[in-house]
Amino acid sequence: MAGIAVLCELQGGQVAKGSLGVLEEAARLGAAIGEPVTAVVTGSGLDDAALADLGAHGAATVVAADDPRLGAGLAQPVVDACAAAQEAGQYRYWLAGASIMTADAMAGLAARLGAGIVIDAVELVADGSDLVTRRSGLGDSVLAHCGFATPVGVVVTRANSFAPTEGATGSAPVERIQPSFRSWSEGVELVGHEDAEDSGPDIGAADVLVAGGRGLGDAGGFAMIEDCAAAFGGAVAATRAVVDAGWYPYSAQVGQTGKTVSPKLYIACGISGAIQHKVGMQGSGTIVAINKDKNAPIFDYADLGVVGDLHDIVPKLAELVRARG
Amino acid sequence: MRIAICVKEVPDPSAEKRIDEGTNRLVRAGENTLNPYDRHAIEAAVRIKEGPAPDTEITVVTVGPESAARSVDRALAQGGDRSVHVADEAAAGSDLLGTARILAAALRRDQYDLILLGQQAADAECYVMAGLVAELLELPCVTQAASIEVGDGSVTVKRQVETGYDTVRAQTPCVVSVSDAINDPRYPPLPAIMGAKKKPHEVLALADLGVDPASVGAAGAGTRVGGLSKPEGRGDTVLIEDDGTAAEKIIEFLVEKKVVA
Ligand SMILES: Cc1cc2nc3c(=O)[nH]c(=O)nc-3n(C[C@H](O)[C@H](O)[C@H](O)COP(=O)(O)OP(=O)(O)OC[C@H]3O[C@@H](n4cnc5c(N)ncnc54)[C@H](O)[C@@H]3O)c2cc1C
Ligand SMILES: Cc1cc2nc3c(=O)[nH]c(=O)nc-3n(C[C@H](O)[C@H](O)[C@H](O)COP(=O)(O)OP(=O)(O)OC[C@H]3O[C@@H](n4cnc5c(N)ncnc54)[C@H](O)[C@@H]3O)c2cc1C
Repeated sequence: MAGIAVLCELQGGQVAKGSLGVLEEAARLGAAIGEPVTAVVTGSGLDDAALADLGAHGAATVVAADDPRLGAGLAQPVVDACAAAQEAGQYRYWLAGASIMTADAMAGLAARLGAGIVIDAVELVADGSDLVTRRSGLGDSVLAHCGFATPVGVVVTRANSFAPTEGATGSAPVERIQPSFRSWSEGVELVGHEDAEDSGPDIGAADVLVAGGRGLGDAGGFAMIEDCAAAFGGAVAATRAVVDAGWYPYSAQVGQTGKTVSPKLYIACGISGAIQHKVGMQGSGTIVAINKDKNAPIFDYADLGVVGDLHDIVPKLAELVRARG
Repeated sequence: MRIAICVKEVPDPSAEKRIDEGTNRLVRAGENTLNPYDRHAIEAAVRIKEGPAPDTEITVVTVGPESAARSVDRALAQGGDRSVHVADEAAAGSDLLGTARILAAALRRDQYDLILLGQQAADAECYVMAGLVAELLELPCVTQAASIEVGDGSVTVKRQVETGYDTVRAQTPCVVSVSDAINDPRYPPLPAIMGAKKKPHEVLALADLGVDPASVGAAGAGTRVGGLSKPEGRGDTVLIEDDGTAAEKIIEFLVEKKVVA
């Protein structure tokens, strides 16, 4: 086993920023433990010139699997592609920045290879010639130094943990591989897609975000959140739970799968504070959380935590802000 | 239809959790409960049974110590028909790979059309178990389902991805993990809680499943925890209880922090 493979994901035809960040981190680590880095890209109709550019972000080699079955964003065909790359490259480590697709693909690959898998790694560390992760756990109260007992180790890093450098240049040779697809990998078919509409205010640009979660009780609760956001001259954000439930549009979702925001003020109302929500808003200047459960995880990373019923507090807060003019 | 639901017993999410510095394992202090996220998977199965497929049998499957029987009963009370509980000392300390191997072996004994999981466990929050189990069972897999529609020989699932919502169709048998927004799980009425104990329970050891103890548990773990450290926190939280003046106190705090003028 030799080398580090990084699964790079295409989003909207471009390699995702998260993937580029992990690739660069892998290159830093690879230099420390003496392992070259290979970028593995899967998709349909891949462009060799664009793939070669991954050399700018630390890839010594790029391995590309190009097939219509890899173009739908489904994880299981990607497992087959990674397994084909593994057969050719015999890598010691597989890394991927967390996304809906990559986490599932790495899980499938770990199962197929009988490899240990670490989820939610926030740091990668060289320990002699080995890679060891820092796995954040229990609401980010502990970092487990987690390595591997298997010949191959698989790591899914937490979203937004590693940012790529802008304007880097470089080029890497591109090799193409053809995976053989397993019957079960072809058992899922994409039959429809609704793009998230980017209508409404750009929540990324707002100085103040008032965010609502399932604690609002129903879709109607967002009227109160919208009013409070308007009082602050800010915008409305939401959790996946309420977006999945159809209470609020996806374009307002903050978190691992949604947007990453860093307003001056983030007011979380009726939000439990799951890690996947936190990763999208922990860069906020000041965080205020209103939750009726004093043990809610959001209080672990809020600057001001208010234990109470949001229905009592939020309208009054809007009123007081307006009164200040 | 035959539906299996994988459920995990977890430490009460609202109780304090910590990792033992000697063993590097989670100290399960306080009451253990059924993983709250798994209640959505049970509810999804019950709705299939109440709706499109009335002849559905729902099996609750868990890997965990004998004490996890309480959570199995809790799951059965919510609408399961029978349970399969793998309890074996040698399974202690299993990581994702080990747990997936045991679950797959337990699931392989019966022909299920649909295997449901929660979106994540409230304690370890790995959120990828479905992908491992599906691969070991060689079945199609869909994760983070926001809705499930049962068809003839397939299920249609709507799920969130980074660019919006995908609708995918998976051939059955298949493995599906469900988002916590798929439904509002009902609380079982008292008679259902009392009745759960009387439903058929199967308790199995690794040997009953033909699982090599060396491939699971602490011995077979693919991951190895070598130490622990404290992450840098965000700093202290000022925590107040609303006594009717919370809104005023929020403003005071924001003025003090110079966030509002
Ligand atoms: C792969 C993956 C990706 C994900 N991506 C995202 C993402 O991008 N963004 C995201 O947000 N989540 C994401 N999630 C989901 C995440 O794990 C949580 O399920 C979700 O954030 C929970 O949303 P919530 O806080 O609104 O709901 P809940 O967890 O149900 O919390 C509701 C809270 O409201 C409180 N409450 C109830 N009533 C009141 C009241 N009257 N007054 C005050 N408080 C009240 C409750 O105490 C509770 O804490 C993802 C999960 C996975 C597995
Ligand atoms: C803080 C912490 C971090 C950890 N990190 C890792 C890690 O990075 N890698 C690793 O390999 N192990 C890890 N573990 C060990 C992990 O808890 C176990 O391997 C566990 O069995 C699987 O992880 P999970 O419960 O988080 O799975 P998840 O993928 O979050 O669980 C999803 C669903 O799988 C089903 N499920 C999970 N466990 C069981 C079970 N025992 N019986 C039946 N159904 C089940 C449930 O439906 C659940 O909703 C960690 C443990 C702790 C305490």
